[in-house]
Amino acid sequence: MVSKQTPSAPRGEGPAPSEDTAGLLRELVAHLRQKRTALREEWARRITQAQLLTAMTEEEIFAEATSVYDNYVEALETGTFEALQAYARNLSERIIPRGVETHEVVGIVLLLRDVLARSLFAKYQEDFEKLNRILDAYEPAANRIANTVAVGFVQERERVIRQQQEAIRELSTPVLQVRERLLILPIIGVIDPQRARQLTEQLLRAIRTNRAKVVVIDITGVAAMDSNVANHLVQTVEASRLLGATVIVTGLSPEIAQTLVTIGVDLSEMTTVGDLQGGIEEAERLLGVKVVVITEAA
Amino acid sequence: MEVPILKQGQYVIASVQSALTDADLRELREQITERVGRFRSKGVIVDVTVLDVMDSFAVRTLRDLAHMTRLRGAETVIVGIQPEVAFAMVQLGLSLKGVATALDLEEGLAFLDARAREHLTGGR
Repeated sequence: MVSKQTPSAPRGEGPAPSEDTAGLLRELVAHLRQKRTALREEWARRITQAQLLTAMTEEEIFAEATSVYDNYVEALETGTFEALQAYARNLSERIIPRGVETHEVVGIVLLLRDVLARSLFAKYQEDFEKLNRILDAYEPAANRIANTVAVGFVQERERVIRQQQEAIRELSTPVLQVRERLLILPIIGVIDPQRARQLTEQLLRAIRTNRAKVVVIDITGVAAMDSNVANHLVQTVEASRLLGATVIVTGLSPEIAQTLVTIGVDLSEMTTVGDLQGGIEEAERLLGVKVVVITEAA
Repeated sequence: MEVPILKQGQYVIASVQSALTDADLRELREQITERVGRFRSKGVIVDVTVLDVMDSFAVRTLRDLAHMTRLRGAETVIVGIQPEVAFAMVQLGLSLKGVATALDLEEGLAFLDARAREHLTGGR
Protein backbone atom coordinates (compact mmCIF):
# COMPACT_ATOMS: atom_id res chain seq x y z
CA MET A 1 0.00 0.00 0.00
CA VAL A 2 1.38 3.37 -1.06
CA SER A 3 0.81 6.26 1.26
CA LYS A 4 2.48 9.62 1.67
CA GLN A 5 3.19 11.30 4.96
CA THR A 6 0.23 13.38 6.04
CA PRO A 7 0.86 17.03 6.90
CA SER A 8 -0.81 16.52 10.25
CA ALA A 9 1.60 13.76 11.18
CA PRO A 10 0.66 12.20 14.50
CA ARG A 11 2.15 14.08 17.39
CA GLY A 12 1.57 13.63 21.07
CA GLU A 13 3.04 10.98 23.28
CA GLY A 14 3.58 7.41 22.20
CA PRO A 15 5.52 6.23 19.18
CA ALA A 16 4.52 7.70 15.84
CA PRO A 17 2.66 5.12 13.75
CA SER A 18 4.40 3.91 10.64
CA GLU A 19 3.34 5.27 7.26
CA ASP A 20 1.37 2.16 6.65
CA THR A 21 -0.59 2.57 9.90
CA ALA A 22 -1.16 6.23 9.15
CA GLY A 23 -2.66 5.29 5.80
CA LEU A 24 -4.89 2.67 7.35
CA LEU A 25 -6.04 5.13 10.00
CA ARG A 26 -6.91 7.62 7.26
CA GLU A 27 -8.97 5.02 5.51
CA LEU A 28 -10.62 4.15 8.80
CA VAL A 29 -11.43 7.77 9.58
CA ALA A 30 -12.97 8.23 6.14
CA HIS A 31 -15.14 5.20 6.77
CA LEU A 32 -16.24 6.46 10.19
CA ARG A 33 -17.04 9.89 8.78
CA GLN A 34 -19.13 8.36 6.04
CA LYS A 35 -21.10 6.15 8.43
CA ARG A 36 -21.34 8.87 11.08
CA THR A 37 -25.13 9.04 11.38
CA ALA A 38 -25.79 5.31 11.44
CA LEU A 39 -23.00 4.48 13.88
CA ARG A 40 -23.87 7.32 16.19
CA GLU A 41 -27.48 6.18 16.36
CA GLU A 42 -26.43 2.60 16.92
CA TRP A 43 -24.19 3.73 19.75
CA ALA A 44 -26.86 5.86 21.43
CA ARG A 45 -29.25 2.90 21.16
CA ARG A 46 -26.72 0.57 22.79
CA ILE A 47 -26.16 3.08 25.61
CA THR A 48 -29.87 3.22 26.37
CA GLN A 49 -30.14 -0.54 26.09
CA ALA A 50 -27.30 -1.07 28.58
CA GLN A 51 -29.06 1.36 30.93
CA LEU A 52 -26.07 3.61 31.16
CA LEU A 53 -26.33 7.37 31.80
CA THR A 54 -29.77 6.94 33.34
CA ALA A 55 -29.39 10.39 34.88
CA MET A 56 -29.62 11.96 31.42
CA THR A 57 -32.49 12.25 28.93
CA GLU A 58 -32.35 10.53 25.54
CA GLU A 59 -31.85 13.84 23.72
CA GLU A 60 -28.95 14.71 25.98
CA ILE A 61 -27.39 11.32 25.45
CA PHE A 62 -27.68 11.76 21.70
CA ALA A 63 -26.18 15.25 21.80
CA GLU A 64 -23.26 14.09 23.96
CA ALA A 65 -22.87 10.99 21.83
CA THR A 66 -22.50 13.20 18.75
CA SER A 67 -19.73 15.30 20.22
CA VAL A 68 -17.96 12.31 21.75
CA TYR A 69 -18.13 10.56 18.39
CA ASP A 70 -16.67 13.55 16.53
CA ASN A 71 -13.94 14.00 19.11
CA TYR A 72 -13.21 10.30 18.96
CA VAL A 73 -12.83 10.30 15.19
CA GLU A 74 -10.72 13.44 15.34
CA ALA A 75 -8.40 11.85 17.90
CA LEU A 76 -8.06 8.82 15.62
CA GLU A 77 -7.27 11.08 12.68
CA THR A 78 -4.75 13.41 14.25
CA GLY A 79 -3.30 11.01 16.81
CA THR A 80 -3.29 13.86 19.34
CA PHE A 81 -5.27 13.62 22.50
CA GLU A 82 -5.15 17.18 23.85
CA ALA A 83 -8.49 18.18 22.35
CA LEU A 84 -10.08 14.95 23.54
CA GLN A 85 -8.60 15.41 27.00
CA ALA A 86 -10.01 18.91 27.25
CA TYR A 87 -13.37 17.66 26.04
CA ALA A 88 -13.34 14.79 28.56
CA ARG A 89 -12.61 17.22 31.36
CA ASN A 90 -15.36 19.52 30.23
CA LEU A 91 -17.82 16.63 29.88
CA SER A 92 -16.92 15.32 33.34
CA GLU A 93 -17.43 18.76 34.83
CA ARG A 94 -20.95 18.77 33.45
CA ILE A 95 -21.99 15.22 34.28
CA ILE A 96 -20.35 14.63 37.68
CA PRO A 97 -22.80 16.89 39.54
CA ARG A 98 -25.61 14.85 37.97
CA GLY A 99 -24.40 11.68 39.61
CA VAL A 100 -22.87 9.91 36.62
CA GLU A 101 -20.65 7.07 37.83
CA THR A 102 -17.20 6.07 36.68
CA HIS A 103 -18.41 2.71 35.36
CA GLU A 104 -20.92 4.49 33.14
CA VAL A 105 -18.35 6.74 31.53
CA VAL A 106 -15.94 3.86 30.97
CA GLY A 107 -18.88 1.77 29.78
CA ILE A 108 -20.01 4.17 27.06
CA VAL A 109 -16.52 4.66 25.69
CA LEU A 110 -16.00 0.90 25.52
CA LEU A 111 -19.40 0.56 23.83
CA LEU A 112 -18.36 3.06 21.19
CA ARG A 113 -15.17 1.11 20.64
CA ASP A 114 -17.21 -2.06 20.15
CA VAL A 115 -19.73 -0.42 17.83
CA LEU A 116 -16.96 0.92 15.62
CA ALA A 117 -15.09 -2.39 15.64
CA ARG A 118 -18.28 -4.20 14.58
CA SER A 119 -18.73 -1.84 11.67
CA LEU A 120 -15.15 -2.52 10.63
CA PHE A 121 -15.81 -6.28 10.74
CA ALA A 122 -18.84 -5.75 8.52
CA LYS A 123 -16.93 -3.63 6.03
CA TYR A 124 -13.87 -5.83 5.68
CA GLN A 125 -15.38 -9.26 6.16
CA GLU A 126 -14.33 -10.22 2.62
CA ASP A 127 -10.68 -9.38 3.21
CA PHE A 128 -9.41 -10.93 6.41
CA GLU A 129 -5.83 -9.71 5.87
CA LYS A 130 -6.96 -6.12 5.51
CA LEU A 131 -9.27 -6.41 8.50
CA ASN A 132 -6.37 -7.55 10.62
CA ARG A 133 -4.21 -4.64 9.60
CA ILE A 134 -7.01 -2.16 10.09
CA LEU A 135 -7.64 -3.52 13.58
CA ASP A 136 -3.90 -3.35 14.33
CA ALA A 137 -4.07 0.34 13.58
CA TYR A 138 -7.41 0.91 15.25
CA GLU A 139 -7.07 -0.95 18.55
CA PRO A 140 -4.10 0.85 20.16
CA ALA A 141 -5.57 4.23 19.26
CA ALA A 142 -9.03 3.25 20.50
CA ASN A 143 -7.63 1.93 23.76
CA ARG A 144 -5.71 5.11 24.33
CA ILE A 145 -8.85 7.12 23.72
CA ALA A 146 -10.78 5.03 26.25
CA ASN A 147 -7.94 5.48 28.67
CA THR A 148 -7.79 9.23 28.15
CA VAL A 149 -11.50 9.71 28.73
CA ALA A 150 -11.57 7.49 31.84
CA VAL A 151 -8.52 9.16 33.34
CA GLY A 152 -9.97 12.58 32.57
CA PHE A 153 -13.17 11.66 34.35
CA VAL A 154 -11.43 10.27 37.42
CA GLN A 155 -9.08 13.26 37.63
CA GLU A 156 -12.00 15.65 37.49
CA ARG A 157 -13.72 13.69 40.24
CA GLU A 158 -10.63 13.78 42.39
CA ARG A 159 -10.35 17.50 41.82
CA VAL A 160 -13.94 17.95 43.04
CA ILE A 161 -13.23 15.79 46.09
CA ARG A 162 -10.10 17.78 46.93
CA GLN A 163 -12.05 21.01 46.60
CA GLN A 164 -14.74 19.73 48.95
CA GLN A 165 -12.18 18.55 51.47
CA GLU A 166 -10.67 22.00 51.40
CA ALA A 167 -14.08 23.55 51.98
CA ILE A 168 -14.80 21.23 54.91
CA ARG A 169 -11.46 22.10 56.40
CA GLU A 170 -12.16 25.82 56.16
CA LEU A 171 -15.62 25.49 57.64
CA SER A 172 -15.10 23.16 60.49
CA THR A 173 -12.62 24.81 62.80
CA PRO A 174 -14.31 27.67 64.62
CA VAL A 175 -12.83 28.90 67.87
CA LEU A 176 -15.61 30.41 69.96
CA GLN A 177 -15.50 32.60 72.99
CA VAL A 178 -18.31 31.68 75.42
CA ARG A 179 -17.25 33.82 78.32
CA GLU A 180 -14.55 36.30 79.14
CA ARG A 181 -11.27 34.35 78.87
CA LEU A 182 -12.98 31.03 78.03
CA LEU A 183 -12.76 29.55 74.54
CA ILE A 184 -14.50 26.53 73.07
CA LEU A 185 -13.10 24.56 70.16
CA PRO A 186 -15.60 22.00 68.88
CA ILE A 187 -13.92 19.51 66.55
CA ILE A 188 -16.11 17.66 64.09
CA GLY A 189 -15.09 15.07 61.55
CA VAL A 190 -11.82 13.49 60.65
CA ILE A 191 -8.58 14.93 61.93
CA ASP A 192 -5.65 14.42 59.59
CA PRO A 193 -2.18 15.79 60.30
CA GLN A 194 -2.75 18.84 58.11
CA ARG A 195 -6.01 19.73 59.80
CA ALA A 196 -4.58 19.07 63.25
CA ARG A 197 -1.81 21.52 62.48
CA GLN A 198 -4.24 24.14 61.23
CA LEU A 199 -6.44 23.64 64.30
CA THR A 200 -3.54 24.16 66.65
CA GLU A 201 -2.32 27.29 64.89
CA GLN A 202 -5.80 28.76 64.90
CA LEU A 203 -6.33 27.94 68.55
CA LEU A 204 -3.00 29.44 69.63
CA ARG A 205 -3.73 32.68 67.77
CA ALA A 206 -7.20 32.82 69.32
CA ILE A 207 -5.75 32.28 72.80
CA ARG A 208 -3.54 35.30 72.34
CA THR A 209 -6.12 37.62 70.79
CA ASN A 210 -8.85 36.72 73.29
CA ARG A 211 -6.42 36.51 76.21
CA ALA A 212 -7.95 33.14 77.04
CA LYS A 213 -7.19 31.42 80.30
CA VAL A 214 -9.12 28.21 79.74
CA VAL A 215 -9.90 26.34 76.53
CA VAL A 216 -12.44 23.53 76.22
CA ILE A 217 -11.78 21.24 73.26
CA ASP A 218 -14.87 19.19 72.53
CA ILE A 219 -14.29 16.08 70.44
CA THR A 220 -17.80 14.62 70.58
CA GLY A 221 -17.90 14.90 66.78
CA VAL A 222 -14.70 12.98 66.22
CA ALA A 223 -15.51 9.43 65.20
CA ALA A 224 -12.11 7.82 65.46
CA MET A 225 -8.71 8.62 66.80
CA ASP A 226 -5.35 6.99 66.27
CA SER A 227 -2.05 7.53 68.03
CA ASN A 228 -1.05 10.28 65.59
CA VAL A 229 -4.14 12.32 66.28
CA ALA A 230 -3.85 11.70 70.01
CA ASN A 231 -0.27 12.94 69.95
CA HIS A 232 -1.38 16.04 68.06
CA LEU A 233 -3.93 16.64 70.78
CA VAL A 234 -1.27 16.29 73.46
CA GLN A 235 0.93 18.75 71.55
CA THR A 236 -1.94 21.22 71.25
CA VAL A 237 -2.54 21.02 74.99
CA GLU A 238 1.16 21.55 75.72
CA ALA A 239 1.47 24.48 73.28
CA SER A 240 -1.60 26.12 74.82
CA ARG A 241 -0.07 25.77 78.25
CA LEU A 242 3.04 27.59 77.02
CA LEU A 243 0.72 30.52 76.28
CA GLY A 244 -0.64 30.27 79.79
CA ALA A 245 -3.96 28.61 78.96
CA THR A 246 -5.35 25.45 80.56
CA VAL A 247 -6.97 22.97 78.18
CA ILE A 248 -9.89 20.74 79.10
CA VAL A 249 -10.81 17.97 76.65
CA THR A 250 -14.42 16.82 76.64
CA GLY A 251 -16.62 14.33 74.84
CA LEU A 252 -14.33 11.36 74.44
CA SER A 253 -16.58 8.59 73.19
CA PRO A 254 -16.36 5.12 74.76
CA GLU A 255 -14.79 3.80 71.54
CA ILE A 256 -12.09 6.47 71.55
CA ALA A 257 -11.41 5.92 75.25
CA GLN A 258 -10.98 2.22 74.60
CA THR A 259 -8.73 2.78 71.59
CA LEU A 260 -6.52 5.22 73.43
CA VAL A 261 -6.05 2.92 76.41
CA THR A 262 -5.49 -0.10 74.18
CA ILE A 263 -2.83 1.58 72.02
CA GLY A 264 -1.30 3.03 75.16
CA VAL A 265 -1.36 6.77 74.46
CA ASP A 266 -0.42 8.67 77.59
CA LEU A 267 -3.06 11.29 78.24
CA SER A 268 -2.25 11.70 81.92
CA GLU A 269 -1.11 15.28 81.27
CA MET A 270 -4.54 16.18 80.01
CA THR A 271 -7.62 17.24 81.92
CA THR A 272 -10.59 15.35 80.52
CA VAL A 273 -14.24 15.73 81.42
CA GLY A 274 -17.14 13.60 80.20
CA ASP A 275 -19.23 16.07 78.30
CA LEU A 276 -19.16 19.67 77.15
CA GLN A 277 -21.37 20.86 80.01
CA GLY A 278 -19.06 19.32 82.57
CA GLY A 279 -16.09 20.87 80.75
CA ILE A 280 -17.59 24.34 80.88
CA GLU A 281 -18.45 23.93 84.56
CA GLU A 282 -14.88 22.88 85.28
CA ALA A 283 -13.61 25.85 83.26
CA GLU A 284 -15.81 28.23 85.24
CA ARG A 285 -14.43 26.80 88.44
CA LEU A 286 -10.89 27.46 87.20
CA LEU A 287 -11.84 31.00 86.20
CA GLY A 288 -13.55 31.59 89.53
CA VAL A 289 -16.89 32.26 87.87
CA LYS A 290 -20.12 31.07 89.43
CA VAL A 291 -23.39 30.90 87.57
CA VAL A 292 -26.39 31.76 89.75
CA VAL A 293 -29.94 30.92 88.79
CA ILE A 294 -32.24 33.88 89.40
CA THR A 295 -35.63 32.65 90.54
CA GLU A 296 -38.62 34.84 89.86
CA ALA A 297 -40.12 36.34 93.00
CA ALA A 298 -43.33 34.50 93.74
CA MET B 1 23.22 41.65 74.55
CA GLU B 2 22.62 41.98 78.26
CA VAL B 3 19.11 41.51 79.59
CA PRO B 4 17.89 44.21 81.99
CA ILE B 5 16.77 42.71 85.31
CA LEU B 6 14.40 44.85 87.35
CA LYS B 7 13.23 44.52 90.90
CA GLN B 8 9.52 45.11 91.35
CA GLY B 9 8.31 44.64 94.92
CA GLN B 10 8.56 40.98 95.77
CA TYR B 11 9.44 40.01 92.22
CA VAL B 12 12.33 40.11 89.80
CA ILE B 13 11.47 40.87 86.19
CA ALA B 14 13.80 40.10 83.29
CA SER B 15 12.60 41.49 79.99
CA VAL B 16 14.43 40.07 76.98
CA GLN B 17 15.07 42.82 74.42
CA SER B 18 16.58 40.95 71.48
CA ALA B 19 17.74 37.54 70.33
CA LEU B 20 20.09 35.95 72.85
CA THR B 21 23.29 34.02 72.34
CA ASP B 22 24.07 30.98 74.46
CA ALA B 23 26.46 33.09 76.52
CA ASP B 24 23.74 35.73 77.11
CA LEU B 25 21.39 33.00 78.30
CA ARG B 26 23.93 31.59 80.74
CA GLU B 27 24.63 35.09 82.02
CA LEU B 28 20.88 35.71 82.46
CA ARG B 29 20.50 32.48 84.43
CA GLU B 30 23.38 33.34 86.76
CA GLN B 31 22.28 36.94 87.26
CA ILE B 32 18.73 35.98 88.15
CA THR B 33 19.64 33.20 90.59
CA GLU B 34 21.97 35.64 92.28
CA ARG B 35 19.43 38.51 92.45
CA VAL B 36 16.68 36.29 93.83
CA GLY B 37 18.79 35.79 96.94
CA ARG B 38 19.96 39.38 97.15
CA PHE B 39 16.44 40.87 96.85
CA ARG B 40 14.78 38.05 98.82
CA SER B 41 12.30 37.75 95.94
CA LYS B 42 9.28 35.44 95.94
CA GLY B 43 8.86 35.34 92.19
CA VAL B 44 10.67 35.72 88.86
CA ILE B 45 9.16 36.73 85.53
CA VAL B 46 11.09 36.21 82.29
CA ASP B 47 9.44 38.00 79.36
CA VAL B 48 10.33 36.40 76.03
CA THR B 49 7.82 38.26 73.85
CA VAL B 50 10.47 39.46 71.39
CA LEU B 51 11.92 36.00 70.77
CA ASP B 52 10.67 34.54 67.52
CA VAL B 53 12.74 31.43 67.90
CA MET B 54 13.62 29.23 70.87
CA ASP B 55 16.19 26.51 70.43
CA SER B 56 16.82 23.56 72.71
CA PHE B 57 19.55 25.38 74.59
CA ALA B 58 17.27 28.34 75.35
CA VAL B 59 14.48 26.06 76.52
CA ARG B 60 16.82 24.03 78.70
CA THR B 61 18.39 27.12 80.21
CA LEU B 62 15.00 28.59 81.07
CA ARG B 63 13.89 25.29 82.60
CA ASP B 64 17.06 25.07 84.67
CA LEU B 65 16.60 28.69 85.69
CA ALA B 66 13.09 27.93 86.97
CA HIS B 67 14.32 24.94 88.96
CA MET B 68 17.26 26.86 90.39
CA THR B 69 15.16 29.81 91.55
CA ARG B 70 12.68 27.41 93.10
CA LEU B 71 15.51 25.96 95.16
CA ARG B 72 16.21 29.49 96.30
CA GLY B 73 12.58 30.13 97.22
CA ALA B 74 11.20 31.92 94.17
CA GLU B 75 8.69 30.71 91.56
CA THR B 76 9.58 31.49 87.92
CA VAL B 77 7.01 32.30 85.25
CA ILE B 78 7.92 32.45 81.56
CA VAL B 79 5.64 34.94 79.81
CA GLY B 80 5.00 36.06 76.24
CA ILE B 81 5.82 32.92 74.26
CA GLN B 82 4.55 33.54 70.73
CA PRO B 83 1.99 31.08 69.28
CA GLU B 84 4.37 30.10 66.46
CA VAL B 85 7.19 29.54 68.94
CA ALA B 86 4.95 27.45 71.18
CA PHE B 87 3.89 25.30 68.25
CA ALA B 88 7.46 24.84 67.06
CA MET B 89 8.56 23.92 70.57
CA VAL B 90 6.02 21.13 71.03
CA GLN B 91 6.75 19.83 67.56
CA LEU B 92 10.44 19.63 68.33
CA GLY B 93 9.64 18.02 71.65
CA LEU B 94 11.12 20.90 73.66
CA SER B 95 9.07 21.01 76.80
CA LEU B 96 8.89 23.40 79.70
CA LYS B 97 7.33 20.78 81.97
CA GLY B 98 7.11 21.88 85.55
CA VAL B 99 7.65 25.51 84.64
CA ALA B 100 4.80 28.00 84.94
CA THR B 101 3.89 29.97 81.82
CA ALA B 102 1.57 32.90 81.20
CA LEU B 103 0.32 34.94 78.28
CA ASP B 104 2.09 38.20 79.10
CA LEU B 105 3.63 40.24 81.89
CA GLU B 106 0.26 41.18 83.36
CA GLU B 107 -0.86 37.55 83.51
CA GLY B 108 2.47 36.53 84.99
CA LEU B 109 2.11 39.07 87.80
CA ALA B 110 -1.47 37.95 88.42
CA PHE B 111 -0.28 34.34 88.62
CA LEU B 112 2.44 35.18 91.17
CA ASP B 113 0.02 37.29 93.22
CA ALA B 114 -2.52 34.46 93.27
CA ARG B 115 0.21 32.10 94.37
CA ALA B 116 1.34 34.42 97.16
CA ARG B 117 -2.26 34.66 98.42
CA GLU B 118 -2.53 30.88 98.33
CA HIS B 119 0.57 30.68 100.50
CA LEU B 120 -0.89 33.08 103.06
CA THR B 121 -4.30 31.49 103.28
CA GLY B 122 -3.55 27.91 102.30
CA GLY B 123 -1.08 27.47 105.12
CA ARG B 124 0.82 24.84 103.20
